[in-house]
Amino acid sequence: MSTPTRTPSGAPSHLSGAGGRVGDDAARPDGVLKVRGEFAYGSDLWMDDMLWGVTLRSPHPYARIRSIDIGGALAVPGVHAVLTSDDVPGEKVYGLELADQPVLALDVVRYQGEPVALVAADHPDTARRAAARIVVDYDVWEPVTDARVALGHPTWNQLHDAPAEVTELSRESANLHPHGNLVRHLKVRRGDPEPTADVVVVGEYEVGMQDQAFLGPESGLAVPGEDGGVDLYVATQWLHVDQRQICAALGLPPEKVRLTLAGVGGAFGGREDLSMHVHACLLALHTGRPVKMSYNREESFFGHVHRHPATMRYEHGATRDGDLVYVRATIYFDGGAYASSTPAVVGNGGTMGIGPYVVPHVHVDCYGAYTNNPPCGAMRGFGSVQTAFAYESQMDALAAELGMDPVDLRCRNAMEQGSEAITGQVVDSPAPVVELLRRLEAMPLPPEVPTGDDVDLRDMPGGVSNTTHGEGVRRGVGYAVAYKNVAFSEGFDDYSTARVRLEVVGGEAVATVHTAAAEVGQGLVTVEQQIARTELGVDRVTVHPKDTAVGSAGSTSASRQTYVTGGAVKAACEAVRARVLERAQAVVGRPVADLRLDGGKVVSDLEGVALPLADVLGDEVVEETLEWRHRPTEAVDPETGQGFAHVQYAFSAHRAVVDVDTELGLVKVVEMACTQDVGRAINPQAVIGQIQGGTAQGLGLAVMEEILVRDGRVQNPSFTDYLIPTVLDMPPMRVEILEYADPHAPYGLRGVGEAPNISSGPAVLAAIRQATGLPLTRVPVRPEHLTGT
Amino acid sequence: MDFLQPATWEEALEAKAAARDAVPIAGGTDVMVGMNFGRLRPSLLLDLTRVPELQQWADDDGAVRLGAGVPYARVISELGDRLPGLAMAARTIGSPQIRNRGTVGGNLATASPAGDAHPALLAADAEVEVASVRGTRRIPVTEFYRGVKRSALADDELIAAVRIVPPRGPQQYSKIGTRNAMVIAVAAFGLALHPDRRAVGTGIGSAAPTPRRAPAAEEFLAGELDGLWDSRAELPAATATRFGEMVAAAAAPIDDVRGTARYRVHALSVMARRALTWAWADYRKGDPTCA
Repeated sequence: MSTPTRTPSGAPSHLSGAGGRVGDDAARPDGVLKVRGEFAYGSDLWMDDMLWGVTLRSPHPYARIRSIDIGGALAVPGVHAVLTSDDVPGEKVYGLELADQPVLALDVVRYQGEPVALVAADHPDTARRAAARIVVDYDVWEPVTDARVALGHPTWNQLHDAPAEVTELSRESANLHPHGNLVRHLKVRRGDPEPTADVVVVGEYEVGMQDQAFLGPESGLAVPGEDGGVDLYVATQWLHVDQRQICAALGLPPEKVRLTLAGVGGAFGGREDLSMHVHACLLALHTGRPVKMSYNREESFFGHVHRHPATMRYEHGATRDGDLVYVRATIYFDGGAYASSTPAVVGNGGTMGIGPYVVPHVHVDCYGAYTNNPPCGAMRGFGSVQTAFAYESQMDALAAELGMDPVDLRCRNAMEQGSEAITGQVVDSPAPVVELLRRLEAMPLPPEVPTGDDVDLRDMPGGVSNTTHGEGVRRGVGYAVAYKNVAFSEGFDDYSTARVRLEVVGGEAVATVHTAAAEVGQGLVTVEQQIARTELGVDRVTVHPKDTAVGSAGSTSASRQTYVTGGAVKAACEAVRARVLERAQAVVGRPVADLRLDGGKVVSDLEGVALPLADVLGDEVVEETLEWRHRPTEAVDPETGQGFAHVQYAFSAHRAVVDVDTELGLVKVVEMACTQDVGRAINPQAVIGQIQGGTAQGLGLAVMEEILVRDGRVQNPSFTDYLIPTVLDMPPMRVEILEYADPHAPYGLRGVGEAPNISSGPAVLAAIRQATGLPLTRVPVRPEHLTGT
Repeated sequence: MDFLQPATWEEALEAKAAARDAVPIAGGTDVMVGMNFGRLRPSLLLDLTRVPELQQWADDDGAVRLGAGVPYARVISELGDRLPGLAMAARTIGSPQIRNRGTVGGNLATASPAGDAHPALLAADAEVEVASVRGTRRIPVTEFYRGVKRSALADDELIAAVRIVPPRGPQQYSKIGTRNAMVIAVAAFGLALHPDRRAVGTGIGSAAPTPRRAPAAEEFLAGELDGLWDSRAELPAATATRFGEMVAAAAAPIDDVRGTARYRVHALSVMARRALTWAWADYRKGDPTCA
């Protein structure tokens, strides 16, 4: 594999950092740079002779392209290339699971913002002006904007006063894709198909479209190589799946498409699909010049997939004593125009769709549909966030119906180690659902609602906007618990690759860890260093830039990197260590039973041997590269949804305390408390960070975060109107971390990032419901819902 | 795009007279957003941040003359006692960074119905001092707003200052947003009680094509307070409720991504009722400022 002859400024460099082993609060090697504003993100990439690429996007959610005239754009001085789908040399469609999305629009555009043409020019403004001169003649069609309408299913949502009229779709446009509008239908069938119960509650729920709202918009720089290939520096989540898709589109072999991870400003799933990757490479190869593409905030809202909106109908049956007898659930995920990861989202939504409870009779239908709404795909919590709002709302409704305490009802039906999930899979590691809930209950509650002259407006719903001094404010407390599969499921060959090198540099043993696992802000680079320090007993550990010069690490998603890449780094370190100890025994001249590496030395406790590692290594460079897999999973039965689908579950629970101004419909979350079992906290400080961040993101969905889509068009593509929580919205937290080891996982750890994102929002919703007495079946909850306006 | 940075007010006015489509910029919290999103492409950007008199405020003939370029942060820290309503409005604006940059002059120049300063200026009977090479004139703020993002400013004029008489009675300001900080108003309300004139001032934001007053509500409340100014007796709850309803009736809101028209009307009635309750309680305590 060749290395690029020139590298841009802003390209990543090796990271080293202070000490810290597994279990320590090791400091991030990139932390100080980020706080000082010195860390180079993808948007900071620069080469002096680079061109700027921009994308012309469809203004229509659904239209046939009659013709594209690029003449006007080519005539603009400073323009070097104008490309359309005709210029894509390889496969013209791509996709994570199904290749159904055009690199550039073919004959039909299926969502507002779909890329149609590309321009490269010597200035971004020139490129934008030129793109505006491309004339696209559209035959505009009526968009399909409801998942149930798309599938020809009846609508039953109580939020619409009247049954929605089925749009008269023209024959040629009723189906978005040749194979129809169904992406996946997952069925779970367990127990009696016609169960009955003493007490039955039915609810219909709706979850709006959330955005990942990462701070660093999509950006990258493609540099044409002398070998006819291309080097792409890009802020992304999974270098090798990008590489596979880029190779297909460019018609180039992997050795000619080399990727390096640029600085990533957050991901949360939104970078798992391609954005500007192929586009920048096409322009670079076409012009022979480096090409930078960097979306602005508005374009970013059209440039990545969002969280699937969901409509869900649940029916829970229980005995008078509060034992769950059955659950029937019908779940619709709106996948938007292209499949992206909809099949896996449907898999999660269905196989974990009733929560961490034991239920003998289960009937779940989970659908993912194509519509002309924005494409939806991976986002933190992935198919579980949506269903948790429904099943936890149902548990509260059932508790109310039974006159039971909601936490008692949950504990009575909670999953535990040895329980069978609704897939029939036996939960074969700790599942401390009851303990998580009881610990939350035992935590002290925050002080009562402040009133009178002592009121600090920052504590009030509405904040310093001065809308209440306590008038109309009522408090509510809500609980929710969630579980989530860790890593890739349903038989996916889920592995990571690690290369670990140990050598003497400047008289000291130094380890270098090289993986392709994307650091997106979560702190994997710190974890990689901690593991190497622990396993090799050295202080100095360098993290190599993330690139495709080493094998795939899989995606930075599904809470999997500490587990899977952490496992790979651990295994590679063990292989390196074995060779070093063998060498040490050669130096000693005989086998020593208890040799280990510690403090830069080879140590034997029994014999007191303590050779400096630098002396043992000498000039030798010990390097090992290996692939590491978690235990295999299997596909579920297509008719029953039964099977060993998931490798591990993560469990978390939240208690939310809210104050609601019931007259104005404004909400102040007073406190969030979280308990989570993490198996083993590799870096406790980073674990707390994940819990706080996941909690904030779940809270955001509960009370404010929604991409508003009307007739297939996004109404609020900016941070002016797509609101995310501020410091006055996200309260202080109480966090308790449990560490019940999973015997199947490295160090016993569990994935951390997603579970708290799932249980937080439903707890907030439950608390608002308790404060107001309103049923509240849709999130985000708006002031209009709370005031009947 | 050309860029001019006049050092004096005279130079600035001459530049505006010579290039009437020039876009003045102070804090840039509106103009730069417009440019970054490609909605605004001025042929000439007129940077007013170097004009000294725009950055100052002073007492002038019984009023505070607030230079158009004084940022919100200074309104809060330097004028919180003299212009309480405007300072309360300023506290609701954006983030600390935005309050360090954004100005009342810029809020007026943009003339958005959602501008946070407007309801406070309306309630306080402010005047806008505008100037051109032709001379200086004062426009009552009630006559300044002419439509969505349109004002009475002529194309050769610049905003010099806002003049506000420090109040003799309490003022209040409330704003609704769908999060607890850094949010554009879904609806806003400003209230000023003027015991010296036995009058009431109101201002409504984000609930009509322009910021506007609620004249019928003002008249109603002034009448109800007629016998209460001297006694400082308790205000009947029904009066506050009726006042809220009349403020809401003066609004003409629309449905948009930030909120429904129905919610805006409802929220105004609640905000006006509560604001009056707080203002009257302050008046009864004899405390003219109530921030």
